[in-house]
Amino acid sequence: MAQKIQRLKESPSQTAGPYVHIGCTPSFTGIDIYPEDLGSKMVNAQTKGERVAISGTVIDGAGMVLRDTMVEIWQADAQGLYNSPQEARGTADANFTGWGRSPGDADTGEFHFDTIKPGRVANRDGRLFAPHITFWIVARGINLGLHTRMYFADEPAANAEDPILTRIEHQNRVPTLLAKNDGKGSYRFDIVLQGKDETIFLDI
Amino acid sequence: MIKPTGYYQRDRNWHPPAFDENYKTSVTRSPKFAPLSFASGISEETGPTFGHQILGPLDHDLIVNFAQPNELAIGPRIIVYGRVMDQDGRGVAGALVEVWQANAGGRYRHKKEGYLAPLDPNFGGCGRVITDAEGNYEFRTVQPGPYPWPNRVNDWRPAHIHFSVFGHAFAQRLITQMYFEGDPMIWQCPIVDTIPSREAIETLIAALDMDRTVPMDARAYKFDIVLRGARQTVFENRMEGL
Repeated sequence: MAQKIQRLKESPSQTAGPYVHIGCTPSFTGIDIYPEDLGSKMVNAQTKGERVAISGTVIDGAGMVLRDTMVEIWQADAQGLYNSPQEARGTADANFTGWGRSPGDADTGEFHFDTIKPGRVANRDGRLFAPHITFWIVARGINLGLHTRMYFADEPAANAEDPILTRIEHQNRVPTLLAKNDGKGSYRFDIVLQGKDETIFLDI
Repeated sequence: MIKPTGYYQRDRNWHPPAFDENYKTSVTRSPKFAPLSFASGISEETGPTFGHQILGPLDHDLIVNFAQPNELAIGPRIIVYGRVMDQDGRGVAGALVEVWQANAGGRYRHKKEGYLAPLDPNFGGCGRVITDAEGNYEFRTVQPGPYPWPNRVNDWRPAHIHFSVFGHAFAQRLITQMYFEGDPMIWQCPIVDTIPSREAIETLIAALDMDRTVPMDARAYKFDIVLRGARQTVFENRMEGL
């Protein structure tokens, strides 16, 4: 017998269920007990960087748009720094939270974030990631929150050397991670849970 | 200096799989391709923080945070307390814990909710707390009721409280549910049953703690939450050439 390794198991996930908005965006559901829903504002007038808007929907395997999701995003500031105590490389823009949460539109299911384009950050081995935004998607029927990343279709050079994008075996699926600019600073990022155009999800 | 060098791999056999035919909504909402595995980096090892200043004085008290003045929510009064820790047993300080639940009759305050049990005008059903320096949290509420839900003809959810937890890193982000010791409905529920092992399910069942009960006032349930842990080493391990 060897010594025992006393490590705990992570608490198992359970679905966020159909009423996640009651707990996470209560004002959206008409329960006005907090001043505002957390994650509803990422930028203010002083935030540095290129303003972008991101919209999209989450689509199921039957091609239907989900209307009960909660989508969270997490990203670096314009200099590539995270507004987090764990960020040891520098001090991030204090006027940028880096974190957003969207309950989706009650009728269309469309999520929306007003944010900035993130700077590049390095992988642990020193290689630079292309600008990207981390997405986390929960909903009724999703048993473990889904991690993915949004990249910018108008960054072909950076994307071509990104450690994750270049690692993907099925290169024909890479476009599922690329958001397109409509030419006016609005990016479209639809997330497909299942089927031919299934988004690449990350075990990270 | 000891520094974190990545989060422990998530045990996907411990968590529920994406697809479970008995939880019907998961059928079209479960990715079919294998996820792309990639060691965590700075994008996942950082995360937002929430200061205690965001909290209102009643955020942790669901019995009164939606109630009219001098009114109280109806139902069995309970205190839920516990500790948020990582897989190495270290308390996670400053973790935001958001909770939501049905009222004592099993009814949610939501426009899509159709169960015939009545709303409680003094119960909203949500609250939030931030853990202290040791990772401890505590809130007060009423015990939620079980309720039927549209899945198979006669499926019921056991009494439960939903938890959304932020640790120190986005890699730790977790949503789960707390169940109550002794509830026979736990073992009937297709959503609980998405979790592969009984051992894992039991980690989501809060224990009745009579010592923490406030006599003549509220019973107490203990519910600890474990978030992913991170490797810590004095060595910078890196595969050459990667």
